[in-house]
Amino acid sequence: MTLNNIQLDNNGRLKHFLTTEGLSKNLLLDILNHAESFVSVGNRAVKKVPLLRGTTIVNLFFEPSTRTRTTFELAAKRLSADVLNINIAQSSASKGESLQDTLQTLEAMHCDMFVVRHGSSGAAHFIAKNVSPGTRIINAGDGNHAHPTQAMIDMFTIRRHKPDFSSLKIAIVGDILHSRVARSEIHALTTLGVNEVRVIAPRTLLPAQVETLGVHVFHDLGKGLEDVDVIIMLRLQRERMRSALLPSELEYFYSYGLTEEKLRFAKDDAIVMHPGPINRGVEIDTQIADGKRSVILQQVSHGIAIRMAVMAMCMGSLAELSEEQS
Amino acid sequence: MKRLRIANGRIIDPANHTDEIGDICVSNRKIVSVADLAPDFKEDLKIDASGKLVCPGLIDLCARFREPGQEHKATIQSESFAAISSGITSVCCPPDTHPVIDTAAVAELIQQRAESVDLLRIFPLGALTHGLQGEHLSEMLALKRAGCVGVSNAYCGIANTDVLRHALEYAHSCDMTVFIQAEDHFLSGNGIAHEGAISTRLGLPPIPETAETVAVSQALLLIEQSGGRAHFCRLSCARSIALIEDAKKSGLLVSADVGISHLHLTEMDVDAYNVDCHLHPPLRSQRDKEALCQGLSSGKIDAICSDHQPHDDDAKASPFGETEAGASTIELLLPLVLDLVRKNILSLSDAIACLTSKPAAILGLNTGTLSPGSVADIIVVDLDKHFTVERTQLRSAGKNTPFHGWELNGLVTQALFRGRLVYQSKD
Repeated sequence: MTLNNIQLDNNGRLKHFLTTEGLSKNLLLDILNHAESFVSVGNRAVKKVPLLRGTTIVNLFFEPSTRTRTTFELAAKRLSADVLNINIAQSSASKGESLQDTLQTLEAMHCDMFVVRHGSSGAAHFIAKNVSPGTRIINAGDGNHAHPTQAMIDMFTIRRHKPDFSSLKIAIVGDILHSRVARSEIHALTTLGVNEVRVIAPRTLLPAQVETLGVHVFHDLGKGLEDVDVIIMLRLQRERMRSALLPSELEYFYSYGLTEEKLRFAKDDAIVMHPGPINRGVEIDTQIADGKRSVILQQVSHGIAIRMAVMAMCMGSLAELSEEQS
Repeated sequence: MKRLRIANGRIIDPANHTDEIGDICVSNRKIVSVADLAPDFKEDLKIDASGKLVCPGLIDLCARFREPGQEHKATIQSESFAAISSGITSVCCPPDTHPVIDTAAVAELIQQRAESVDLLRIFPLGALTHGLQGEHLSEMLALKRAGCVGVSNAYCGIANTDVLRHALEYAHSCDMTVFIQAEDHFLSGNGIAHEGAISTRLGLPPIPETAETVAVSQALLLIEQSGGRAHFCRLSCARSIALIEDAKKSGLLVSADVGISHLHLTEMDVDAYNVDCHLHPPLRSQRDKEALCQGLSSGKIDAICSDHQPHDDDAKASPFGETEAGASTIELLLPLVLDLVRKNILSLSDAIACLTSKPAAILGLNTGTLSPGSVADIIVVDLDKHFTVERTQLRSAGKNTPFHGWELNGLVTQALFRGRLVYQSKD
């Protein structure tokens, strides 16, 4: 069994959303198209559609999160679902019941969907394999493996600015090694058929054989940014300094921080993205983060539409719509 | 005492370069003759081995029976039966039990439990350092008197190279072989999968090849200095084999084994977070697997072991990185080795040698042969018996097999332990 076929039902429709890897281009475009139709919901006086009325969605977060959990919650509420937020810090989970027991307990309450964030790679996949057949799983981040909704948000944001994926050169800059967002973005971008995906980082922040994911590797920010249309900056966690991966934040900013000067290497109309939360002065200069090329806040607002689309698709409430369109 | 004749089998005894059809007679727990040397022998029991393989009972260089300390996973009783039903009459167990085998009492307890079950013998390895903590040398002579056939620090590395040096020297003075599970714990860190394309895709913390090769190199240099005997356990990388080969050529007293799973599986099998393939050392690349197989066929690797690690269901019921490493393999050891014969990686005789005479030599034992006068640990194997591995049908208390659904050949039909017929298959 591979990762992707557990995500699809017998008709090839999305059942769980665990990773962007192995999904078809059409399916990824479906997600983006559905999200487009949900964007307007947020602008209405009554910000709700009744698609998931009577459905219970549980946000099960084993890692702390504010923005991801909040946008999932808003997305579920705008679809008229009932939402339950459960935050289980890793420490209390390790003291008490196992993940499997937690799931069984929640399943006994007849929940329809779990949105799961967990520190262990493969956690969402494990849960999808172990829940009862009708329960849907959306991966809100598992270890260093995947964060597919964030990747789709970024695809959505890119498409709004640069509609033709096939012409784009895209650079992902920073801590690829620990980034589930980067992995999910790389799979989505290569599936959507972009011209070139680059990763730019020192050797210590790149996973082994990263080029097997279909990317070109650069260690020099200036060279890597040459001629790119989209720059995705990744968050650098401060604890990396303590683990002998980098000498100092200052040196990192000097070599890999995005500044006006470095930005000049990219195309004139290049956009700057960041999945957040940002470290100003570590990976990105404040003026860039707040500047006119930055689409960072748009990424946040698109989060709700993408998550609405994915939730509705996994619950099967958009299947008919999709068939009408195709 | 019963007299027994195993008639008309194909007798393979690598230690004596025997491969012929004939009878083996057993009396008073000992082998009295091989082939047709005892025509006047009157037996009480005759086992017809026509069309079957007859060979020495197998010696497994590494199996964890979880006793003492983790009886919820398995017991000496449960695993002894699983082992004997698959032809294993001797097992070497690493010292990382709870409590650790760093006192004579624990070593004796394990052997007494094996004696009371009386299906096979267990050779314990003593701890190389007290509590496996890598700081103080254990009482190796006391452990030796208590039956330990060697010393090891199991998975617990010795970070302090000065301690490792002295441990090797002291073990040498005690005339004990040091069993080394080579791993640099700084390089392996919190890793759980082979560093490569798969660990990158799955986002699993990686274990680089150098975690093993650096430790092998370091140990070899210290062994060269101490002059003692050492055995490298469960090698997983192509580079390690080359290092061992060089060391052997330069005259060091070293040997090496490989776990059976690493001869059949690779990092690719970890894909989709298959927790049954969460092993330690990790499953490595296809190139490594091929080098391990090649190392076996060329004799650079001396023996194959099961590296049996039975687990309870809970140990594997978590996301990949949170599961416990290891696979339940003891009862598939022989069929999986026979599969290497089918793939022309090993001759049948060499395959049997990797499971009998060679591990015996590593342990310094005179078992693992069918020489007249030796203890009658003998098995009869139906090489053509075909079966499909079914997780729930495993006799081991650990159902954590990566080989569920595999089609294999080879079934032990009879097993003699100390001249007693202790196992006979139902069909």
